[in-house]
Amino acid sequence: MKRKLLSLLTAIFCVISCFSLASCGEKEKSQVYFLNFKPESASVYEKLAKEYEEETGIKVKVVTAAANNYEQTLKSEIAKNDAPTIFQVNGPIGYNSWKNYCLDIKDSRLYSFLSDKDLAITEGDGVYAIPYVVEGYGIIYNDAIMKKYFALPDKKSNLTDAKEIDSFESLKTVVEDMTAKKEQLGIKGVFASTSLSSGEDWRWQTHLLNVPLYYEILEKGKKPDATLSLLDANEIEFKYADKFSGIFDLYTNNSTTAKTLLGSKSVADSMAEFALGEAAMVQNGNWAWSQIAGVKGNTVKESDIKMLPIYMGIEGEKGQGICIGTENYFAINKNADEASQKASLDFLEWLFSSKTGKKYVTEYLGFITPFNTFTESELPNDPLAKEIAAYMNNDSIKNIPWAFSAFPSENFKKDVGSALLDYVQGAKKWDEVKKTVSDSWKRERG
Amino acid sequence: MRNPAKRYFFIFVLPTLLAFLIAFVIPFILGFFLSFTEFTTVNDATFVGFSNYIKAFSDDNSFLNALWFTVSFAITSVISINVIAFLLALMLTRTVPATKFFRTIFFMPNLIGGIVLGYIWQVIINGVLYRFNYSITSSATFGFWGLVILMNWQMIGYMMIIYIAGIQNIPTDIIEASKVDGAGTFTTLRKVIIPSVMPSITICLFLTITNSFKLFDSNLSLTAGAPGNKTQMVALDIYNTFYSRTGFEGVGQAKAVIFFIIVAIIALAQLKFTRGREVEH
Repeated sequence: MKRKLLSLLTAIFCVISCFSLASCGEKEKSQVYFLNFKPESASVYEKLAKEYEEETGIKVKVVTAAANNYEQTLKSEIAKNDAPTIFQVNGPIGYNSWKNYCLDIKDSRLYSFLSDKDLAITEGDGVYAIPYVVEGYGIIYNDAIMKKYFALPDKKSNLTDAKEIDSFESLKTVVEDMTAKKEQLGIKGVFASTSLSSGEDWRWQTHLLNVPLYYEILEKGKKPDATLSLLDANEIEFKYADKFSGIFDLYTNNSTTAKTLLGSKSVADSMAEFALGEAAMVQNGNWAWSQIAGVKGNTVKESDIKMLPIYMGIEGEKGQGICIGTENYFAINKNADEASQKASLDFLEWLFSSKTGKKYVTEYLGFITPFNTFTESELPNDPLAKEIAAYMNNDSIKNIPWAFSAFPSENFKKDVGSALLDYVQGAKKWDEVKKTVSDSWKRERG
Repeated sequence: MRNPAKRYFFIFVLPTLLAFLIAFVIPFILGFFLSFTEFTTVNDATFVGFSNYIKAFSDDNSFLNALWFTVSFAITSVISINVIAFLLALMLTRTVPATKFFRTIFFMPNLIGGIVLGYIWQVIINGVLYRFNYSITSSATFGFWGLVILMNWQMIGYMMIIYIAGIQNIPTDIIEASKVDGAGTFTTLRKVIIPSVMPSITICLFLTITNSFKLFDSNLSLTAGAPGNKTQMVALDIYNTFYSRTGFEGVGQAKAVIFFIIVAIIALAQLKFTRGREVEH
């Protein structure tokens, strides 16, 4: 019996010593581990990390989560000993689930860079997450096709340029007339596919839905900021549901693709249709530039890519701009050791203020940042970013904020997405979609 | 204690025991514990009692719908897989030319991973449905049968191999004796072959039942629950509850525990039922 015990003890000792030796070897003083949200920028960040290491000698570990998998990756990574020191939250809702991990960074230089301090996510006196990129979306159009249409002698619209479209009515007239003349214009449909396959429906259940809910909360909200009012709303009425269905029907009735096939289309499909000149318009944001540019055989000229606001026919939409905001906020891991936290902030500050860092941000990452370290001339060079910048600097119009960062949960968006799919496939009436939106909001908020 | 192998029993067992503990027992206990808590990551849990279990059923119908869909899927595919696999096995144990070639061909789908398989079948099914202006997400019926076809395609080869092994193990003298006694093909099949391959049936039923219930990867890539979560199986529902609702991680965990209990009960009942019918030669 004694021997048995002895052999057991020896074995356990062997194993333990193996483990402890291994862990000793790995110990380092401070480290920067950045969990990247944007798969399209993965290779740029890796280059960036290398350059930073050459310049400062500090190693930056970059891990990129697969598209639509950020929450999953973050959940498992942050539970490890070697957890990310820089991660991102997607707005107030994201902050709510990660608040126990966000460090107060109100004394950081990064926060002092922020030109509009209201953009940061704050709670009490603390500042917990800082936006790093401003993006915008609207209806992207191919001006070459639009010019062709406006040059037609028998066009029904009395406008002469796409820029003159300033309401849902004028948009609808143009679009429906274009569909009638699509052979002459050489397009398959006016709008690229309304992609509704799972995980590819965010342009409608999040971005498009932002507009009617923004107007609704503008009337009813108690706080000056629409996003904050929406965050407080336990229920929504979905008052402008019929306006939403108006534009959604316009998209699907004048599409390149039959309604019943939309459930298998992806965002990449519709961007490809746009890039190949099969469609004249597509609703998306400036991040889509890399996708348009990356399509083989693309026929759209850079100078022809322009953006229109999303008009729905809601009262007061005259002078409406595009939707501008952010869902990308950096946060620093509260549970990391102090040296790593400081090193992480140093890295971010270097990225957004040093010459090399800024060059990467504007040229390769293509970000329009909310930081005052960037001058007016330091903007990305792609056509969509230029459109966004033009809308941002135009004081005569009113851009719509990204109030959707206050949508209650991912599940809410999924519910809306599948209701929309059921609607285009004829399995649901519009009233049922409307009910799904308000019911799901109530349930997910509760 | 004379036996040296016995003396070093612990040393030999330890690596496997540790691996089993780390990769199986500890996560299982942790998962069970987490179903009673609210948490964001696995190491910051607060105890909330049974509320997760209540929420799993009361908050929305997704779990019950998924359970119902899974059960009907499992019944359909378990029957079809086993019937077809058994018939193929019968065919390929006869003197058909190139049986080995066919066995390899039928087994091959099993080597392709579920995610890839889902996408392949999505392309195939959509390719057909597009002609009629439908896609696989047009209706839950398409999704259901798509999944059944996919599951059949993947599992039939594997089950067929097990049945072939079973059939080949039947002593030829029994079959000859039954023929001498005047049994026809059908009677031989019913009274001799099936009772003799009962051990294979046990294992095949077990594998198909558990795999049908647990199906996740192909479900995710083929339909991802569309349209309207109507083709969402339990595993996918658990995954979605866990990841796409803030504060619902514990509920996802509770659903997983319930699911485990259901599958365990069904699988054990099946084992007991078919084991009882196995005969010894």
